[in-house]
Amino acid sequence: MTGKNRENYNKNYIAYVNSFDPPTQHFKNCYRAFLVGGFICCIGQFLRYIFEGAFGLSGDELSGAVSVVLIFLGTLLTGLGVYDRIGKNAGAGSIVPITGFANSVASPAIEFKTEGLVYGMAAKMFIVAGPIIVYGVLAGTLVGLIYLFL
Amino acid sequence: MQTIFFKNQPRIVSSGTIAGPKECAGVVGKFVDKGLTDDMFGESTYEKAECKMLAFAITQAIKNAELTEKEIDLLISGDLLNQIISASFAARDFDFPFLGVYGACSTMAESMAIAAAFVNAGYHKRIVAATGSHFSSAERQYRYPLELGCTRPPQSQWTVTGAGGVVIADKSECDSTVAITAATIGKVVDFGITDVNNMGAAMAPFMGIIEP
Repeated sequence: MTGKNRENYNKNYIAYVNSFDPPTQHFKNCYRAFLVGGFICCIGQFLRYIFEGAFGLSGDELSGAVSVVLIFLGTLLTGLGVYDRIGKNAGAGSIVPITGFANSVASPAIEFKTEGLVYGMAAKMFIVAGPIIVYGVLAGTLVGLIYLFL
Repeated sequence: MQTIFFKNQPRIVSSGTIAGPKECAGVVGKFVDKGLTDDMFGESTYEKAECKMLAFAITQAIKNAELTEKEIDLLISGDLLNQIISASFAARDFDFPFLGVYGACSTMAESMAIAAAFVNAGYHKRIVAATGSHFSSAERQYRYPLELGCTRPPQSQWTVTGAGGVVIADKSECDSTVAITAATIGKVVDFGITDVNNMGAAMAPFMGIIEP
C-alpha cells in the first residue's frame, strides 16, 4: 500500500484510534489551570506588596526580586517532588508561570544527575527549556531590531 | 513465509519473573517470583535497577528449571535502552554466550522465537530468552524527566517496571508439555501515529476494520 491509499488508510486509522481516547475535559482542565495559575499569580502579587512595602523596592528591582523568589519556589518544589504532582492536575496553570520554567530546568537536572555533574546534570539541564531560550532570545532580537528601525 | 513452524517442538521449561510496586499492586503481583516494594531495587540509578531485575529474572528462570548456569548454552535478551545496555550489562554476570535483540514491546516474543528456532534446529539444547524494562528509565529515554510538571493524557500507556525470562529446551531435555509450535514474524507498518504517549496504537495496530 503506497501513496494516496496509504494516506487515507492512516487517516482512518488515526480517527479510529482517537475514537477510543477519553474525551478531554476542557472545562475541568481550564478551571483547575485557572485556580492554580491564579494562585501562583496571587503569590507573586503578594510578594510584590511585601518587597515594595518592607524593602522599598520599585520598578525592575521589584519584578526581578519577585521572579527570583518564584523561581526559587518552583525549583524547591521540583526538588521535593511536589511540582510534578501539582502539574499533573493543574496542566497549563503550573506550566505557563515562571515557576513552570524553573521546573523545566530543575527536573532534567535532577534526572540526569546520575550521569555525572558535567556531562549529565550541566549538559542535559536545558533539554526541555533550551528551545524556549533559543527561540525566545531570537524572537526578542528580531522584535528589538524591528523596534530600532521603526 | 511469515509464519514458521517448529517440527521438533521446543519446550518452555520454566519462567522467572520480577515486577515493580505499581505492577504488583494489580493482579500480576500474585504471579511474579518477586515483587519489588522499592523501584530502585537497592541500586543508585533506574538503569542499574533495570539491569539487576533482568539478571534476577534470568537466574530465577534457570533456578525454576532446576538447572545450573553451566547447562545453559545461550542467552537471548534485550531491553528498551540505547545499545540494549541493560541486557548487555546483565549478560556480564553469566558465563554463557549472549545474543542481544531489540524489538521494543515485542522483544520477549522475538527472543523466544529466535530461541525456539535455535533449539528446533538442534544447535543448542537449553536457551534462556529474557527481557526487562523500567518505567523511569524508559520515560527518560523516550519522553520527559519524571519531575517535569506535564500532564499525561488519559489514554497514555506506562512502560512496565519488571523483567521476565524463560528457559527454552529441546523436548528430550525436559518433561515440560508447553511447546512452541510456531512463530509469526511481524512486518513493520507505519500508520502515522505520532503521539509518544500512545504506544499501543503505534506498535500493535489493529487492521481489521479500517477501510483504505
